Amino acid sequence: MGNPMNDLDARIEFMRENMAQMMSVTPWANEMGFEVTRIEKGHIWGVQPFKDHLIGDPETQVIHGGVITTLLDNLCGMSCSTKLKEFRFVATLDLRIDYMRPAESGRDILGEAECYHVTKSVAFCRAWAYHESREKVIATAQGAFAINKPRSNFKKGDQL
Amino acid sequence: MSETLTRAEQLTGFLEQVPIVKTLGMHCDIKGDDMVGVLPFQNKLIGNFTIKALHGGAIGTFLEMTAMAQLFLVADVERPPRTINITIDYLRQGHAKDLYARATVVKLGRRMASVRAEAWQSERDKPVAALLGHFLIGEKRVEGA
Repeated sequence: MGNPMNDLDARIEFMRENMAQMMSVTPWANEMGFEVTRIEKGHIWGVQPFKDHLIGDPETQVIHGGVITTLLDNLCGMSCSTKLKEFRFVATLDLRIDYMRPAESGRDILGEAECYHVTKSVAFCRAWAYHESREKVIATAQGAFAINKPRSNFKKGDQL
Repeated sequence: MSETLTRAEQLTGFLEQVPIVKTLGMHCDIKGDDMVGVLPFQNKLIGNFTIKALHGGAIGTFLEMTAMAQLFLVADVERPPRTINITIDYLRQGHAKDLYARATVVKLGRRMASVRAEAWQSERDKPVAALLGHFLIGEKRVEGA
């Protein structure tokens, strides 16, 4: 088994093993209560459960768009870790979200993100949010992420 | 003037009922048709503990909510605006302190509006993030209806 820092297969394996605890180290993701459900090379899936404290419109009881922003931003960032040969921290440069249809109240939102291209300093990602499948999408996202320079010290508690 | 105040009261009343506003812990400081969104720092807003940075999603939610609130303040609509799309530029790291935002309605049409918003911390000239959003608004209310 290789080192997750510079061996992609070993890192994906490490991420899969730690999938359940992955979001607990990210306070705002924890507040949203979403979870990572599946990890493949360059691709990651998650679920955002419906929660009353995330409602953005009291009349329709629909979850606020910002919750989808958080979910897709976070999944995009993590998809970079499943694509880069060497582990690097990434930072969101920009994120565009298009809303195709409103989310339905009371239903969980599924999300997935794909890191489809990387250069030396930038990773490009796209993401989807839906109730059932990408055929009936709630929102799509497109983002660019800056790839940070390597850090010599890898501390306990750092996020992959 | 009293009409503007009524609008501000309506907005404040509406925001008090929105769960995500309470979850974020944000409020809006309204002065007539001008407004500043305030997001006091809380540990739960953090996205990366190692560098103690605010989560991009928390910043995005705050910016989107501020843009919607400003739009509600100046557009004569009964329902909150619906987001068509948003683009967020993350310009600087959000540090572990209060975040402020101001939004400008760039174009107010009959059905749609274009809104820009900017968030900053210690220095107004050093924005942390900027948002450009398009929103769907209902038809304007008929006078006296």
